Amino acid sequence: MLEIKDLHASINGKEILKGINLSVKTGEVHAIMGPNGSGKSTLSNVLVGHPAYEVTKGTVTFDGKDLLTLSPEDRSHEGLFLSFQYPVEIPGVSMVNFMRTAVNEQRKYKGLPALSASEFLKLMREKRAVVELDNKLANRSVNEGFSGGEKKRNEIFQMAMLEPKLSILDETDSGLDIDALRIVAEGVNRLKTPETSVLVITHYQRLLDYIKPDVVHVLYKGRIVKTAGPELALELEEKGYDWIKKELGE
Amino acid sequence: MRNNNKSGMSAEAREMDGRQTAKRKMEEEPNRLIKQIAQEKYKYGFTTDVHTEVIERGLNEEVVRLISAKKREPEWLLEFRLKAFRHWQTMEMPAWAHLTIPEIDYQAISYYADPTAKKKGPKSMDEVDPELIKTFDKLGIPLEERMALSGVAVDAVMDSISVKTTFKETLMEKGIIFCSISEAVREHPDLVKTYLGSVVPFCDNFFAALNSAVFSDGSFVYIPKGVRCPMELSTYFRINAANTGQFERTLIVADDDSYVSYLEGCTAPMRDENQLHAAIVEIVVHDRAEVKYSTVQNWYPGDVEGKGGVYNFVTKRGHCRGVDSKLSWTQVETGSAITWKYPSCILGGDNSQAEFYSVAVTNNYQQADTGTKMIHIGKNTRSTIISKGISAGKSQNSYRGLVRVAEKADNARNYSQCDSLLLGSHCGAHTFPYMDVRNETAIVEHEATTSKISEDQLFYCNQRGIPTEDAIGLIVNGYAKEVLNKLPMEFAVEAQKLLTVSLEGSVG
Amino acid sequence: MKAEQQYIDLFTQYEGMINQHSAEVMNHFRRQAFEDFCRLGFPTRKQERYKYTDMAKLFLPDYGLNLNRLDIPVNPYEVFKCDVPNMSTALYFVVNDAFYSKALPTGHLPEGVLLGSLREMAEQRPELVARYYGKLAGTSKDAIVALNTMLAQDGLLLYVPKGVVLEKPIQLVNILRADVDFMANRRVLIVLEEKAQAKLLVCDHAMDRVNFLTTQVVEVFAGAGSTFDWYELEETHNATVRCSNLFVRQESDSNVLLNGMTLHNGITRNTTEVILTGRGAEVNLLGMAIEDKQQRVDNHTFIDHAVPDCTSNELFKYVLDDSAVGAFAGKVLVREGAQHTSSRQTNRNLCATREARMYTQPQLEIYADDVKCSHGATVGQLNEDALFYMRQRGIPQKEARLLLMFAFVNEVIDEIRLEALKNRLHHLVEKRFRGELNKCQGCAMCK
Repeated sequence: MLEIKDLHASINGKEILKGINLSVKTGEVHAIMGPNGSGKSTLSNVLVGHPAYEVTKGTVTFDGKDLLTLSPEDRSHEGLFLSFQYPVEIPGVSMVNFMRTAVNEQRKYKGLPALSASEFLKLMREKRAVVELDNKLANRSVNEGFSGGEKKRNEIFQMAMLEPKLSILDETDSGLDIDALRIVAEGVNRLKTPETSVLVITHYQRLLDYIKPDVVHVLYKGRIVKTAGPELALELEEKGYDWIKKELGE
Repeated sequence: MRNNNKSGMSAEAREMDGRQTAKRKMEEEPNRLIKQIAQEKYKYGFTTDVHTEVIERGLNEEVVRLISAKKREPEWLLEFRLKAFRHWQTMEMPAWAHLTIPEIDYQAISYYADPTAKKKGPKSMDEVDPELIKTFDKLGIPLEERMALSGVAVDAVMDSISVKTTFKETLMEKGIIFCSISEAVREHPDLVKTYLGSVVPFCDNFFAALNSAVFSDGSFVYIPKGVRCPMELSTYFRINAANTGQFERTLIVADDDSYVSYLEGCTAPMRDENQLHAAIVEIVVHDRAEVKYSTVQNWYPGDVEGKGGVYNFVTKRGHCRGVDSKLSWTQVETGSAITWKYPSCILGGDNSQAEFYSVAVTNNYQQADTGTKMIHIGKNTRSTIISKGISAGKSQNSYRGLVRVAEKADNARNYSQCDSLLLGSHCGAHTFPYMDVRNETAIVEHEATTSKISEDQLFYCNQRGIPTEDAIGLIVNGYAKEVLNKLPMEFAVEAQKLLTVSLEGSVG
Repeated sequence: MKAEQQYIDLFTQYEGMINQHSAEVMNHFRRQAFEDFCRLGFPTRKQERYKYTDMAKLFLPDYGLNLNRLDIPVNPYEVFKCDVPNMSTALYFVVNDAFYSKALPTGHLPEGVLLGSLREMAEQRPELVARYYGKLAGTSKDAIVALNTMLAQDGLLLYVPKGVVLEKPIQLVNILRADVDFMANRRVLIVLEEKAQAKLLVCDHAMDRVNFLTTQVVEVFAGAGSTFDWYELEETHNATVRCSNLFVRQESDSNVLLNGMTLHNGITRNTTEVILTGRGAEVNLLGMAIEDKQQRVDNHTFIDHAVPDCTSNELFKYVLDDSAVGAFAGKVLVREGAQHTSSRQTNRNLCATREARMYTQPQLEIYADDVKCSHGATVGQLNEDALFYMRQRGIPQKEARLLLMFAFVNEVIDEIRLEALKNRLHHLVEKRFRGELNKCQGCAMCK
């Protein structure tokens, strides 16, 4: 589904990603772990086309399409979703209006007719239940005045609405208490189908207790330095990242 | 929209005995404290008994020629003065400031006073009149290098004359020129000619024109390419003679990749009549250079009845001419009867940065209209304005600032924050920011708040055993901290003391 | 005195005719206003108050006036289809500067309420009108107010007696209608006695593609405990110059909302002065301008906290495109003794192009210490992070920008205390941003 080859990217002239190779197949859950500053968030931002990052080398294909030539919105329409580490507050733009625009733009891209107001509201109700998102939140402006946990839940709610093929969860566990973490993780699991894939970016193992990865990668200094099964995450949890550095001869 | 809670603070306060006591105390305290501060003498109000040559009062072309002749100036400078004088005659005093300025009789002022006249310019410490040395000692500015504050070179100016510049030779070793502007005119005419009036043209405003016509002494600083000035440079201005005006002129040039931190201090004797002070400071900052300019302005503010005091009409402007250049103004304004002063920055070079940090305190009948101008011309230029106004007594304290982003100043950023603190119910605090944005990539932000010291804060301090007057000192210093922190160490301590002295107990 | 001369000549020559076609109460002020106008002359940009708009230039062209009060052949009910559907309003018209009284809305106004031609009311109830007319809008300081006072012959009066609540909002449509370049001088007087309540929506429309110049002076007296909403919506065209002066005086515990929205215009100068004279009074002063092409909007506000315990909230937002120019100057004065004042002022602006220009000048003048006052002003662009977030969710950039722009101005619209109008404005603003509201809506000429 996702093929990343020798991806180099920089921000403000500083190279952060220094040759990433990664392949995610349909139905798989991959986890990318790594110490702070290793380039985890850069990778997710580059994949969804954040304008501040510049890809200097390499290719990314998504379902056979060249992802890097697409605008951020078309990447979204193609089925790429990023659950942001810090979801931005957008005062004055209501969740309903925001989501309706997003859903209908995606339908337009796929050649489907726009949803009627009642169809849309029905969809909202359905999906809200997935992450137990309060109706009150849905009536507010996007993320405005949401707590940390509510923001993350809102991200998963939007994921449910947009039904992406590949979801990237960027540090989705940060700032969540244990109950919120469970609700968010259960939401992700419920949305998971054999046709969809998930890329979990996380510093800690604890989210992986809930969202079981098939493959675990370690990202360090802009490169993937180790790839193994789920046991790798446990090992990292136990020993920290230092032993990886040692293995690399640092 | 918020609901107006009509019951307000006072109803709440009545609920609690403790608070009530605090409130009552607050009401009584000020009267006592205001009396106390009224009796507090301006520390620097003495006069120096020294033979001073003062020219006849009045202003005309002859006077301009006389000043120039006394300073043995070259022809071009006399021309500059005359042009300025002729232009000044066509101008009117600006009336836009939030100030009540009494009629000033420009013919009743003497434009030149020389306390060193007998000796014709001192060459060494031995030649300086001991009275003058004593005066500066008394002001805490020792002029003997071995006694001086470590790491500070001083140019001491009294009335129209630079009395002494310390550490000149030490600095010269690094190629740094630090001397009086009169000396610079003689010794470094090319530099002065290049830069004088290049930031503040003689026609800039009424007071700038006046200064350009009659300016006396002031300091000249030149930091050569790549040199970091190893010590703080400082000029200490002192008005002594009666019925004279002080019109100093300072010019600072920081060449490529250089750095200098410059301090300015000033005091004047207590006199019943008002004294006029109209200075110009020009700063030129070249590529990647940085200049920090700090002022503690403590001219005589007049007495508790508003009698006497210095009229402080100053034009200060820096030009960030080079790329990546940086200029920072920090001012603590506690003195003067009237202050009219807007240290400004022209951000010409790409990526240049400017800052303005100000604390202005007014008490009794003082009036201050002060602030800054940030003119963004280069690309990616950034400016920050932090202004803290504190008004007490019957004073009026205004912030006035302009932020302009020119058409080509892509990605300009400005952040301004102007806070006012009112101590007492008979003073005024005003904010007049102007924003003029002509580039769509600019982000300009301005915030202003007005507050008073809360009863809760005072009560909290009282409960911890801190008397009200000390608490006010603490709170005001905390309020001004952001600015005070910008001052070099030697100045910060003095400034902190000044704030406390100027304001002790003036809460109402 | 070039620009002034034609008005001086006009008044000198036609004073008799002006008086003849107006009411004694209004005529009473003309001479003084004329003298003030001659003395003051049009303000120049050197005056702080008019720093951003060159008034003399606006008054220089030769406009026609209708001093003889000839009937303008128009039936507004036919040409004007109400633009605010689902809003049950009582609809009234002022054509140029004359109250249109040929067909008034059916249904009775509550007992004692007066609504109609200022001139007629001034003739019928001179004692009432004289008590208020010209009492707030002094002519000695502002030449535009003086000019309006010396030339205005008619307009609107709304009087709501003590304790009367007007349930139904009143909609007043100002229609500019002329075959030649035309000047209209309109006068509005609104009096709410103690505990009275009213809501007024005023829409400015220009029917003809000629040049219009209007001066408007509105005086609002809000009695103790009264509630008053004033919404003004300008939807004229690029050849319209509007100079409005709105004066409000509030007694204790009164609550006034003023909201001026410029959706389409030529050059607009709105001056709003509010004096809070009774404890517990609250004013919410809002404004919004959406401008493009060469349009200019200059809002000048002044709130005077004369007594303790009053509240003022001010919010103005501008969106500037093309070569539009926006100016905002807002002064808040807290007088000595006006303790427990709460005042907040915010001005936020978006500039979309290099040519667009915004001046902003918030001012606080405070002479009391126990107050909570703040102001904030920003000029900037749309939030880039929000823009990207929306694009990640599949919303195209252009659409995302539009959504953010609506959100930006909606903050002003959301303060409207009339549901139907709020919804309608959301819609109008969206159309305006999408470029579908290029001309005056709601009038037959443009449709």
